[in-house]
Amino acid sequence: MQGFASEFNSALGLILTGDSELWAIVLLSLKVSVFAVLISALIGMPVGAALAVARFPGRRMLIVLMNALMGFPPVVVGLLVYLMLSRSGPLGVLELLYTPTAMIIAQVVLVTPIVAALTRQVIEMLAEEYSEQLRSLGVSRLASVPVLLWDARLALVTALLAGFGRAIAEVGAVIIVGGNINHVTRVMTTTIALETSKGNLALALALGAILIGIAVAVNAMVSTVSLRAEREGLRHA
Amino acid sequence: MRDLVCDMASSLTVRDVKITRKGKVLLDVAHLSLDGPGPTLILGPNGAGKSLLLRCLHGLIAPDRGRIEQDGVPLSGAHKSRQAMVFQQPVLLRRSVAANLDFVLKRQGLSWGQRKARIEDLLTEGGLDGKGRQSARSLSGGEAQRLAILRALALEPETLFLDEPTSALDPSATQMIERMIQRASRRGVRIVMVTHDIGQARRLAADVVMMQGGHVVELGVARQVLDAPQSDAARRYLAGGLVT
Repeated sequence: MQGFASEFNSALGLILTGDSELWAIVLLSLKVSVFAVLISALIGMPVGAALAVARFPGRRMLIVLMNALMGFPPVVVGLLVYLMLSRSGPLGVLELLYTPTAMIIAQVVLVTPIVAALTRQVIEMLAEEYSEQLRSLGVSRLASVPVLLWDARLALVTALLAGFGRAIAEVGAVIIVGGNINHVTRVMTTTIALETSKGNLALALALGAILIGIAVAVNAMVSTVSLRAEREGLRHA
Repeated sequence: MRDLVCDMASSLTVRDVKITRKGKVLLDVAHLSLDGPGPTLILGPNGAGKSLLLRCLHGLIAPDRGRIEQDGVPLSGAHKSRQAMVFQQPVLLRRSVAANLDFVLKRQGLSWGQRKARIEDLLTEGGLDGKGRQSARSLSGGEAQRLAILRALALEPETLFLDEPTSALDPSATQMIERMIQRASRRGVRIVMVTHDIGQARRLAADVVMMQGGHVVELGVARQVLDAPQSDAARRYLAGGLVT
């Protein structure tokens, strides 16, 4: 018990003294996940909005597929991205394996279905409300997409935050494609896994505390934004 | 049954329009011409087909059979762009009051300066001065409906359709909206409005269309229809009887 207390004290020390190794890992984690979420937003939001507004054969199947992708096992995503980026893979020539870019790609694959599915839900609900009014104002189905995206902005921020929560807490995929290389691809989750196995609990605990802090902050932001969206009369189901 | 006589250049005509759902006839109008210069109010009980007729006239619903014509030709996109509609429940964008107006003005290609001036004029017209920056969703029911009407008027329509715009409002809010409608009518906007309120029809209508069970049962000059209805259905409805 005493040993555990001393590890905890050391962890606190690492955080408070601004340990450069610890904060470099935190910074890289944030950088990778923020980039991944931004790219996911660029892909997922228009796709989700298009699925909400457009009517075409196979649409229902695509929605089911997208929802299924939300629960895709991260290690399998990691494996698939690994196969794509490995030397013998179709994108091997880019030499991205074991780089932060590879980790961003893996997180994009994981987060995009979440952003797209939540966007579809939100936009579909809003489109139902706006449909007749926008048609009356002469706004075509396609032209209604940016209007709906803008008016659903608060609910969409919660979708992005949910995506960020998934990305920052992810370990399976990034460890496969990133390789957990010190000072290159070591992020919070992969470092916690490694340092725990090595018995270096202080660093693992310090990173764990920061990760929990980020998770709490993200959830607090989701609650605040959801509340505002609710007041505006819109929240995702 | 006769056509509403008018001296307005533009006419809106319903020709042999029928809408059926699950074997039930929801709308069946052989011929109806709306071309009077003053407001036309459509009266009738729930399920009479009033709102459906309004949506057909505005091109929001395509009839199973028949067509809507403007000036003798089938209703086109160009015609629809000269129409506007206000719904029973105002659908406001999740933006500020001014941004709701700016949305339609921007689509008309007006410059920022022109839009700003027009927004000010419209806010004054609707008694919403000083509320431009307020969230449209935070307006009261009456204010929200006034904003919806202003947004429709910002399109400078030839025809304005209103679907029971005052059904959920108190007398004071109703009065403000009726004044806006009268002013628009005086400026030459053709008003076609659905209402349940016989008193409102007396206050606003130049012409009245009475509907029941998807059919037009009576139409004509307001005073004539409201004071001396010819059909049983109209007589019972105007006498306050339960018409289904």
